[in-house]
Amino acid sequence: MVSGDTEAGARAAPVVMLEGASKSFGALKAMDHVDLHVSPGESLGLVGHNGAGKSTLVNLITGLFAPSAGRVSYPGASDHRMAGIRAISQEGTLCPNLTVLENLQVVQRDLNGWGWRRVAARRIRTALDAVFPGHRIRPDMLVADMSLAESQMVEIAIGFAEGPIPARLVVLDEPTSSLDAQVSAQLLAHIRRFCAAGGAAIFISHMLGEVFAVADRIVVMRDGRIIADRPTSGFSRQGLVDAMGHVADDRNQPGPTAQARNLGDTVLRTPEGIEARRGEIVGLAGLAGHGQAEALARFYLSQGSDWRSTARPSAVFVAGDRRRDGVMPVWSIRRNLTLAALETLTRHGLIDRAAETAIGTDWQKRIGIRTPDMGNPILSLSGGNQQKVLFARALATSAPVVVMDDPMRGVDIGTKTEVYDMIRHEAAQGRTFLWYSTEMDEILNCDRVFVFRDGAISAELEGPRITEENILAASFEFGDAA
Amino acid sequence: MRLINPRLALPILSLAILIVAVFWLQPRAMSYVGINLLFNLAVPIALATVAQMIIIMVNDIDLSMGAFVSLVACITAAILPGNPALGVLMLLGCVLAYAALGALIEARQLPAIVVTLGMSFVWGGAAVLILPSPGGTSPVWLTAIMKAKPPLVPMAIIASLLIAGVAHLLIMRSAFGVRLRALGGNARAVSRAGRSTVRLRAMAYAVAGCFAVLAGMALVGLTTSGDANIALRYTLLSIAGVILGGGEFTGGRVSPIGAVIGALTLTLAGSFLSFLRLSPDWQIGAQGAILILVLAARLLVRQAEKRT
Amino acid sequence: MTLHRAPWFWAWVAAFAAFLATWSMSAGGGGGAALAVAALTFGSFSVLTGLGQMLVITMGPGNTDLSIPATMTLAGTLSLKLMGGMDGGAVTVLAGLLSALLIGMGVGIANFALIRLLRIPPIIATLSASFLYQSLAIWSNRGLRIKPPPALAEFTTGRDLLGVPNLAWVALAISMGFWVLLNLSGFGRRVSAIGQNARAARLAGVPVARVSAATYVICAMMAALTGFLLACFSGGAALNMGAEFLLMSIAVTVIGGSSIAGGNSNVPGIWAGALFMYLIVSMLNSYGLGAGVRLLSTGVIIIAIVAVASGRKAKP
Repeated sequence: MVSGDTEAGARAAPVVMLEGASKSFGALKAMDHVDLHVSPGESLGLVGHNGAGKSTLVNLITGLFAPSAGRVSYPGASDHRMAGIRAISQEGTLCPNLTVLENLQVVQRDLNGWGWRRVAARRIRTALDAVFPGHRIRPDMLVADMSLAESQMVEIAIGFAEGPIPARLVVLDEPTSSLDAQVSAQLLAHIRRFCAAGGAAIFISHMLGEVFAVADRIVVMRDGRIIADRPTSGFSRQGLVDAMGHVADDRNQPGPTAQARNLGDTVLRTPEGIEARRGEIVGLAGLAGHGQAEALARFYLSQGSDWRSTARPSAVFVAGDRRRDGVMPVWSIRRNLTLAALETLTRHGLIDRAAETAIGTDWQKRIGIRTPDMGNPILSLSGGNQQKVLFARALATSAPVVVMDDPMRGVDIGTKTEVYDMIRHEAAQGRTFLWYSTEMDEILNCDRVFVFRDGAISAELEGPRITEENILAASFEFGDAA
Repeated sequence: MRLINPRLALPILSLAILIVAVFWLQPRAMSYVGINLLFNLAVPIALATVAQMIIIMVNDIDLSMGAFVSLVACITAAILPGNPALGVLMLLGCVLAYAALGALIEARQLPAIVVTLGMSFVWGGAAVLILPSPGGTSPVWLTAIMKAKPPLVPMAIIASLLIAGVAHLLIMRSAFGVRLRALGGNARAVSRAGRSTVRLRAMAYAVAGCFAVLAGMALVGLTTSGDANIALRYTLLSIAGVILGGGEFTGGRVSPIGAVIGALTLTLAGSFLSFLRLSPDWQIGAQGAILILVLAARLLVRQAEKRT
Repeated sequence: MTLHRAPWFWAWVAAFAAFLATWSMSAGGGGGAALAVAALTFGSFSVLTGLGQMLVITMGPGNTDLSIPATMTLAGTLSLKLMGGMDGGAVTVLAGLLSALLIGMGVGIANFALIRLLRIPPIIATLSASFLYQSLAIWSNRGLRIKPPPALAEFTTGRDLLGVPNLAWVALAISMGFWVLLNLSGFGRRVSAIGQNARAARLAGVPVARVSAATYVICAMMAALTGFLLACFSGGAALNMGAEFLLMSIAVTVIGGSSIAGGNSNVPGIWAGALFMYLIVSMLNSYGLGAGVRLLSTGVIIIAIVAVASGRKAKP
């Protein structure tokens, strides 16, 4: 089935087919009726902004979970493993305590018995030499001793390595994030060779130059749907960026309230360059995972202490991953809400129950928590309402700065609207908000926006310059691949 | 094959220093008989340390190691000589119970501390049932092995080298050992690769159980009798040996050779302290102090490394 | 919350059932009252150590204090030694008590220093340190069994109020104090927060290090107090006096309904757990079963309860 061009490849049976595939996580529809097939010899570029559905699509193809509706099939094979689907992610699937060739053994079932090390070493050496000629990685190096770039190279090589089931489709999700330009170029060249020899590849990257260099077909996703699927020659870079956004819709007017407020003096300045004035709503934008959450956490932790608690904190935190960073699962709604304000509720060490109940009732009304009894367990609430509780937890303190880690991700639109109103109201009273959000709509309503890319600020936008175009332009890198 | 691992520097150095110190204090120990006496009891400790190492390698800790080895000693001393078939069956049962423990801990996500602490009472109770008071004898063949006198090199050294070698081959070189260590290094990656973490943990515990059984048998071979409390101190000793040998509590980074060296060092440290005429009051405390000192030294080295 | 849903309910049912079973087994000798007195007396020691251990366990996975037996021995030995050299009056009693508490405070601070400064996992830190404390106790003991002052010996063995052992009253009073601490105070809230989600607690402004330090100190002080009282009760400090209290303190915590994963503490349950454990042990004794079966069953019961009650397949 060796094919030299896309048309010939398309005639051969596809490696993977999605038919009407949808995926929902609770109330959140991450993917909506997607039809896609990838044939041998095809190199597919997958682009889209946050929440477009790229990760969900990739996870369906690599078999992490099944679709909620529709079908994912692998013609000629029983499952993703037999079909030769290899996933290369940023998630860290290496065991740091093992050597490079030992990591290969974990995924390849046939490396057993006498002399398996020789076979494993040969396979990984061959793969490394093929993808990254001139590398200096030895198969007996310990992963924990390698740099981030080197371990990423190893993960990629394992993805392409010869094994009991040959690689037919390799899915690469931001594979060059830790690689320098020269090494990235080697990878791109290898992907082209791989596809020319009959393999297939799906390539996700925010570096549009790379996508144009390696893909012969580009798929654009937005809001869980595929909105464009054509050969690369049918796209221009600007057109690609436009397709990712909502340029056709009228959404790029600045929020009406943004101008109406009087902003005060600068209240904070972080080492990365984030600044905020009193009463300002500052947004951190850009693709997820480009350093926003880390910058927020660094700032917040620098304001607090492991040893002292205070009734007047200078900053307060609203978690986005509520299970990991926010919710106390054993407690009631009320207790969750009052946690950050505990210092103000204790007299002589004991909690003033009446004051606590008062705060609970007050905030239930103000932010609209839907529950008959604030003493109910917090897990009885819907996700959106749990998020409201976490908001109230922060707002119930006197802290002048509120740090928010993408708290509205996956929350229903009704809850979002209520919370946005609350934020605007509080900002008008002089509270400053540092808001990392992966939703364009939220970012568009900020007074000032810092766009992050590759761990640093790539653009600072204010007022009328806060538009979807500008943000997308700053989130993606236009440069040519080396 | 990379035998010389920089992490072995600390254990080898401490062993060397101790050997020099002991021979300086007690020159008569520098003989065939002397070395054998010094390192005899290191053999069962080394076996128990390797067992503990495997448990630590999968991110758990076994607080019942001492009680388990004591139970094995009781079975070996009381049952094996008279009824070998039953004895072997019981020892096999012990290993299986140990493996079942590993499966239970993984399947129900239980904290190994509480479970092994509870098991220490189970093993202890079983040991008392089998051997209510110290006694029993060692099977003839066992004593013959343990008290053998090969030419040139004392049995204790040969046994230690053998244990280190087998453990190293099994844990560090074989495909099976790689899978066990992967469980400790990145359990998510292992299950994502399609392997059962419950099965792997059970296998790890089974192998550890085998080494612990050998430890109990070796102990009886040397002391020629059994006792329900004979090896209780092995719990802390085995943990200390693993750490001294360069192992870490989480992440699956261990060294079998280092563990055996650690066991030898701790045995020697015991003798060293008694040569120093350290009051027996402090013998117990010294074990705890050694572990703390090793961990402190490790931390300082790591912080120094980070600064450069 | 309906009664039978309270976490400690089933523990109390079990304790009551064990009481009936043991009472019907025991051959004469005062019958139920004597059994109840014995259970309350020995149970008190378990409760006191259990309260401290529960506080540490509530702080979340990985937090367990393995130095409780050694701390008991050290405090019991040293405080009795101090009192042995004094006249036996009120000052002596006070001095003994204070010295025990101070020793506990020192042990707690030392434990936490190892955990925090040397980054040693709590289990290893407390385990290693316990060996040092034990050695310290052995070294200071010098073999002579020093008797406690008569006033204390009488108090700890006496039953001056309503026929209930004095020790039980002491344990009850302290339990109520713990109950207030855990359920009504800001400190208790913070401990529970850390136990449920330490990262979220820190992000919500909880001073994690300070609270952790306090729990280890309180736990060690409770162990020291228990050692002091146990030594006075037994007529002197023995070097293995704390041995069974390690597993016992964990067991009564777990049986009583506190979660081994942290975040959830249960004071009434500890009493039920303590009484249940004592009654089970003495029931096995009265069956004429030897130490072996007793140890074995104790261990099996603990593991069974932990496996059933505390295991979790997935966090919902």
